[in-house]
Amino acid sequence: MNLGKVIGTVVSSKKVESLVGVKLLIVQPLDEDLNPSGAPVVACDSQQAGPGQIVTYIGGREASLPLPDPFNPSDATITSIVDEVD
Amino acid sequence: MQLARVVGTVVSTRKDEKMVGVPFMVLRDLDLENQLSGGSIIAADPMGVDRGEVVLYSKGSSARQTEMTRDRPNDAVILGVVDQWEVGGVEKYHKFKTITPKKSPK
Repeated sequence: MNLGKVIGTVVSSKKVESLVGVKLLIVQPLDEDLNPSGAPVVACDSQQAGPGQIVTYIGGREASLPLPDPFNPSDATITSIVDEVD
Repeated sequence: MQLARVVGTVVSTRKDEKMVGVPFMVLRDLDLENQLSGGSIIAADPMGVDRGEVVLYSKGSSARQTEMTRDRPNDAVILGVVDQWEVGGVEKYHKFKTITPKKSPK
């Protein structure tokens, strides 16, 4: 899992059927000091996150599992909204 | 997933049997200013996208998780056509509008 900050949104009306109804957010990966590290990614949202929030997201094949239809091609999905990093 | 622009197509007659019938597109990644950046990648296209469109694609084993690419030797797939995207409330791309960046890239 990675820390990230939601910085934007993506609207796509024509997409694969398994991702219809899934919200897409642009996430800037963060390091442990919450500084940006690396290029932004687009992630599916399973947690009702919003712009400006710090979140954790998973990458790879596992990213399809939290979504309503688990047979979907997502390779990044937001899995939690972060309250505190110590 | 990554945002990318469709810059071309790939035609291949002789290919792995499992990939017959799967169209390939050439994509270039986009940066936060909607400019082409990085190298190119070839992705399977299960939805019929057009050249010039901004799309979302997925990499790795997740790319096998569409009906067209199920159990096939594929590691990148287009999963959606992007209508609009914004960062920090600033619209960076809209399919039916021309957006001029505030700071012109050098």
